[in-house]
Amino acid sequence: MKLILFIGLGFMLAGCGGASDPSSDQGLSGAVRLDGSSTVFPISEAVAEEYLAVQPRVRVTVGVSGTGGGFKKFLNGEIDINAASRPIKESEYERATSTDIGLIEIPVAFDGLSVVVNQDNDWVDFLTVSELNRIWQPDSVVRTWKDVRPEWPDEEIKLYGPGTDSGTFDYFTGTINGKEQASRPDFTASEDDNVLVQGIAGDRYSLGYFGFAYYQENKTKIRSVAIDGGNGPIAPTAITINDGSYAPLSRPIYIYINALSLEKPAVSNFIDFYLANAGQLAAEVGYIALPPAVYAAAGDRVALRETGSSYRGEQPLPMLTAVK
Amino acid sequence: MNKVNPLIVSDQLARRQWLSRLFKHFCTGVTFLAVAILGVLIFQVSVAGFGWLDWQFLTSFPSRFPERAGIYSALVGTLWLVTLTASLAIPIGVLAAIYLEEYAPKNRFTAFIEVNIANLAGVPSIVYGILGLAVFVRFMGLERSVLAGAMTMSLLVMPVIIIAAKEAIRAVPSSLRQAAFAVGATRWQVVRHHVLPSAIPGILTGVILALSRAIGETAPLIMIGALTYVAFVPEGPLDEFTALPIQIFNWTARPQETFHELAAGGIIVLLAILLLMNATAVYIRYRGSKR
Repeated sequence: MKLILFIGLGFMLAGCGGASDPSSDQGLSGAVRLDGSSTVFPISEAVAEEYLAVQPRVRVTVGVSGTGGGFKKFLNGEIDINAASRPIKESEYERATSTDIGLIEIPVAFDGLSVVVNQDNDWVDFLTVSELNRIWQPDSVVRTWKDVRPEWPDEEIKLYGPGTDSGTFDYFTGTINGKEQASRPDFTASEDDNVLVQGIAGDRYSLGYFGFAYYQENKTKIRSVAIDGGNGPIAPTAITINDGSYAPLSRPIYIYINALSLEKPAVSNFIDFYLANAGQLAAEVGYIALPPAVYAAAGDRVALRETGSSYRGEQPLPMLTAVK
Repeated sequence: MNKVNPLIVSDQLARRQWLSRLFKHFCTGVTFLAVAILGVLIFQVSVAGFGWLDWQFLTSFPSRFPERAGIYSALVGTLWLVTLTASLAIPIGVLAAIYLEEYAPKNRFTAFIEVNIANLAGVPSIVYGILGLAVFVRFMGLERSVLAGAMTMSLLVMPVIIIAAKEAIRAVPSSLRQAAFAVGATRWQVVRHHVLPSAIPGILTGVILALSRAIGETAPLIMIGALTYVAFVPEGPLDEFTALPIQIFNWTARPQETFHELAAGGIIVLLAILLLMNATAVYIRYRGSKR
């Protein structure tokens, strides 16, 4: 039964791309279906927009089902590409193996998680990773700023963070608390980062975290905190995130490609275009480009149809892919 | 019969009249409060979004550059969605209402169906989205097409249409039916020539209000996987699509302030469509009552 379904799917996929005319590059047609993280969406949207000018007859669609929701569709063979703000999970990887879906993992940009405070907060100069851990760990006893450092005000810390469904939450808790989804529960959570910006901007004793792009757009309302990950305090900037010195809170964001979909000329052509332009377009929409070598390495991986994930079961290290 | 004591009446009269005036002022106040909140909302949205409303905004695809971005695919997607939803939900909903009011025997089973329809009208919309994803998108293999979206929306609005249509049919005086039966009309002739024409204004009002709800819904569409970036318009019911509420939702979640203004522009367009539909309902009701 499963086999029949799989063959049927193969025909369907082949049918989608088969209409294209391989003789001329301009004449490509077919469908490229993306879904996944809303964090990665602005990059995919920008790439799709530019690609439309090059290949007007290829129908590129981008959905935002979230990283996990996107993987469900990806593993059902419903989409060609899933955008992910975290690496694939072991359970998802196992499903891919058991259903014979080959996936190619491509990092497309860096996102620096920014820890931010109110504009009028004049005491916080930087935070160490262990201080962040003491604030955010599941059984945290930190109630006031004074509990973090004795010289800070004896005022209650109001905490803000993304909702538990977001990849940002997974990444922050995994990096700071050592376990994904492990967080103190008493913070104001919202899936909409703009709500977090509003909350922090309106509360002098607040502390929160979210994606770098949201900090960058609201620099006049909120202030970012330099993070000391062991090598002295480093503030999140395009430079420190790009060169990896803003550690450990900068993370790569990815797209995962269904290897079978690459047989469709439209998808394969779109991926080449994505890799050639991701760096510039990511920067345009508020993310940090990866070093050029990483895009080149990713291109090789696509050309060789090299499936698999570099991050299976481990905490992602920002520069790992670059080195690889 | 007790005699009325005129002293007590005059004593209470002032108090009762005072209470009556108080209630009137209270009702007026509450009405104005509701209108004022709506006014503030519309004002805020207009201030933010009005500058973006132009022909280019209506005829462009989404873009990462706010000045180039538009709602063309979302607008056409919404029109497709509402047209397909209407052509699915109206016939089924109205026929079901006719059956329940005119044909169904009044027994426990009918009562059971009616209670269930009333309950369905209160089910959260996301639940319909889950159902649509399982049945239409996956099981029937419609993928993320505008047809799958319209079928999901039809389920969502059908209970509302059935209830509104039933009320309208029930409001038709039974003397009308009896007069027709008396001159030998069949059940079908009675429904076709007498009940439906008198009930049409009420039915259509319910239908348009139900469709207005479908236009504003986002949750079930996101659940069935309607897309966010689509740079083409559907050419048939099996094409992929996006819709206005999804585009608005996406723009409000972006970090850049200008996208929030674009979202306000989208909201104005959505409001204009809703207003147009509601105005149609009012007009139809007016024409119907004149006859």
